Amino acid sequence: MIEWLSMALLLVGAFFFFAGTVGLLRFPDVYSRLHALAKADNLGLGCVLLALALQAESIAAALKLLLIWPLVLAASAGVGFAIARRAHTLGIAPWRKEGP
Amino acid sequence: MNTLVLAVALFLLANLVVALIAAARGPTPADRMLMALLIGTTGTGILVLLAHAMHLSALVDVALVLALLAAIGGIAFAKRAWHGKEDDHD
Repeated sequence: MIEWLSMALLLVGAFFFFAGTVGLLRFPDVYSRLHALAKADNLGLGCVLLALALQAESIAAALKLLLIWPLVLAASAGVGFAIARRAHTLGIAPWRKEGP
Repeated sequence: MNTLVLAVALFLLANLVVALIAAARGPTPADRMLMALLIGTTGTGILVLLAHAMHLSALVDVALVLALLAAIGGIAFAKRAWHGKEDDHD
């Protein structure tokens, strides 16, 4: 049961990493690229870490794995805010769909 | 289970190669920096997966260091290094 849950979480994590990479390649400006990057950071790594923590030998090893996630969450939020504010200060306009 | 872990690690490595090519191509400094941040996160994931598959718990520490360094790199880029010149030949 736990084995299957762990496998499913691994696959979900891999999917979110893939979505983040594709979004970073395809999105038009720096703000939407930050959005795509946050998907890979928060959900991709989170699911992979949770899957591995379910398989860990001891509680301590599982907690150490799960400790990486809040660190990456906080780092992702801080870096995203800093880069977006810098881009705004530099006067980079958010992308808008061309149209009438 | 170990096969799946290694397969996912290989898949993340393929993602990382694509991100590396995009970082080399990317027109603006911000694109390159975002790719570097993605490489940091993906590298953390790969290291954690390898630590599980190969029973090398020291790799988890390496993953922690990589995650920290990516965060510091991103903040340093936003605060000190990004001056908004689109032609980045420095």
